[in-house]
Amino acid sequence: MAENKIRLRIVTPVRELYNDEADMVIMRSTSGDIGIMHGHQPLTTTLGYGVLKIMKDGEDDVKAVVFGGYVDVQPECITILSDAAEWPDEIDVKRAEEAKERAERRLNGNREGIDILRAELALRRALIRIDEGKR
Amino acid sequence: MASMRDIKRRIKSVKSTQQITKAMYLVASSKLTRAKSRLADTRPFFNETRKVIANIVKGAKGISHPYIEQRDVNNIGLIVLTGDRGLCGGYNQNVMKAGLNAIKDRPEAKVITVGSKGREFFGRQKKNIINSYTGISEKPTYEDALKIGREVLELYAKGEVDEVYLAYTQFVSTLVSEPKVIKILPVDVEEFKNESSVDSNSLMMFEPSEEEVLEYVIPKYVNTVIFGALVESAVCELGARMTAMDSASENAQEMIEKLDLMYNRARQGAITQEITEIVGGSGIYN
Repeated sequence: MAENKIRLRIVTPVRELYNDEADMVIMRSTSGDIGIMHGHQPLTTTLGYGVLKIMKDGEDDVKAVVFGGYVDVQPECITILSDAAEWPDEIDVKRAEEAKERAERRLNGNREGIDILRAELALRRALIRIDEGKR
Repeated sequence: MASMRDIKRRIKSVKSTQQITKAMYLVASSKLTRAKSRLADTRPFFNETRKVIANIVKGAKGISHPYIEQRDVNNIGLIVLTGDRGLCGGYNQNVMKAGLNAIKDRPEAKVITVGSKGREFFGRQKKNIINSYTGISEKPTYEDALKIGREVLELYAKGEVDEVYLAYTQFVSTLVSEPKVIKILPVDVEEFKNESSVDSNSLMMFEPSEEEVLEYVIPKYVNTVIFGALVESAVCELGARMTAMDSASENAQEMIEKLDLMYNRARQGAITQEITEIVGGSGIYN
């Protein structure tokens, strides 16, 4: 492995999204954004919903959208295990907008008998998708 | 001997059955190819999850969490993964029997079935079915696994069950599959100890805290196990159906050949008889 590079793997239940080297990876953990480079102390943390940035060889940042999951950091290797992760250009903005409306309707309407937490999570997912998908 | 017309009718009906089994064979084999590639796609996630848990178990000293602690067993839960449809050889029977065997000492065991075959079977056995899922066996999604996982974790957390088992079919090869029963809760951390590649002296950090990470990761692991088993079972079901339909087509072919022979014999007999009658009627021998 090249000097000062860290291997990054992003794995979801249905596919392996990314498996390559990177200079630095910035991700949104549940306790704030963290950036990880080669030689990091072993760390395990949970991830929030958000954008993950991969910096490599001074090129433009590669972005991925990650919805929850957790990450295992070892000095040479980062493994991200997420329920769902996708590239911004794969996002179906129209579908995300429909999901947003659905979630908003649910939250604004009669709150009895619905899973509020689930609806809120769905709304957050939709908002991130719309934000990133439009870019 | 059956009349020629009867035999002809039999041949026709066997032939049309053979056409159906042949078509089902083709459908199953093309679905199997797709299911196999899905299985290959889910493997990395499963393996990585195990590795991460192994790292946590090794890195964290003296962890304790309800999900990994053994407790006195008053009742158990069982998840059985079967298919929605038959015509797949012994696939459903085998896994249901394995499941039934696992709860034979506990008539009160709470059963969750996946697939209508399992629901019917455990219903007939008068078992305590608390929920059943149908329509997902052939093409399980991760969301399906999440639903099942949430349900068993809730049962476990409430103390309604103290152990949860999962009966599924393990894929060995297209021709060979094995029914299996594994314990998914409480999670046995000991078996992970040897899987970690991490130096046990290195200091491991947990954000926000060890407990919170475990609280998050272990349910995820249970879901992953359920998802992996669902996908694997789907592959086995299709494999079993393919094999069953292949041998059914072969049997039909054999039957047709036998009937053809019978038909020809009957035809020859009829001709011989006719000649005998004509010769007899002409009276040359008199």
